[in-house]
Amino acid sequence: MSKLVELQTGDRLEQITLSPVSRMDLIKYAGSSLDFNPIHTVDEEAAKAGLPGIIAHGMWTMGNLAKLFTPYYEEGFIQDYQIRFAGMVFLNDTVTLQAEVTDRASDNLLFDVKAVNQHDKSVIKGSIKFKLLKDE
Amino acid sequence: MFRQVIGEESKKIKNVVEKGIVKRFSESIGDLHPIYVDEEVGRQSRYGRNIAPPTFPRVFDYGEIEGLHLPNKGLIHGEQIYHYERPLLVGEELYCYTQVKDYYEKEGKNGLMCFLVTKRYGEDVQGNVIFTEEATIIITEKVRKAMEV
Repeated sequence: MSKLVELQTGDRLEQITLSPVSRMDLIKYAGSSLDFNPIHTVDEEAAKAGLPGIIAHGMWTMGNLAKLFTPYYEEGFIQDYQIRFAGMVFLNDTVTLQAEVTDRASDNLLFDVKAVNQHDKSVIKGSIKFKLLKDE
Repeated sequence: MFRQVIGEESKKIKNVVEKGIVKRFSESIGDLHPIYVDEEVGRQSRYGRNIAPPTFPRVFDYGEIEGLHLPNKGLIHGEQIYHYERPLLVGEELYCYTQVKDYYEKEGKNGLMCFLVTKRYGEDVQGNVIFTEEATIIITEKVRKAMEV
């Protein structure tokens, strides 16, 4: 694994493809985030809301996306993390997490980030500013 | 329908970045990295402690804003923005509150869309803001009618 600080504009982090979304994934996220909106866990409630099936919490996908950066906390941290929820994630979807450097300064790196489904459609997209910390 | 609550704030509520909850949360987003959960790795890290994932502040209690009653169904989460001065440290106390930042309406193809922007704050014991979280919630015409407002 190379260091984040060595990346140049246009470089990408190694993408991660998640296992197909399972009901248990969403039940666990509901429990840990205390977001019990039933459209994420109960088939009948999703149908009542006019959805073809239960959908993942947008924040579950956003939480997953941040893990592209978790190995780099010794170099700095995510200072700004902005996301637009662009599409829905359904059960059994295969989500891939991506990040590309768009700009760099002496003390930070800017990334375009997104999560795409198996049809290569963005389900969430946005940007991350990773603040680089100087070695003490 | 929410214009009158713009600028309103909740009272600050004490929250703790609790070790067990950080672990459970990290697991639920498939990110059980040692920096979040292994005490020794946390101690050796530049932060001196375990830290919490950036989307962790969802679990905090921010208190209630008087006069703001949202339905628990049908809301659409449009956008989410975090800003951090530093990562959250496992074990630390934070004082959290929420504020209605903006409210506006737009005519869309499915009727009137209402946008509610809330901003949440987490301060350390000295009152320094450590993180903010801004969310845009979309209330569709259908949901608004169900609220009868």
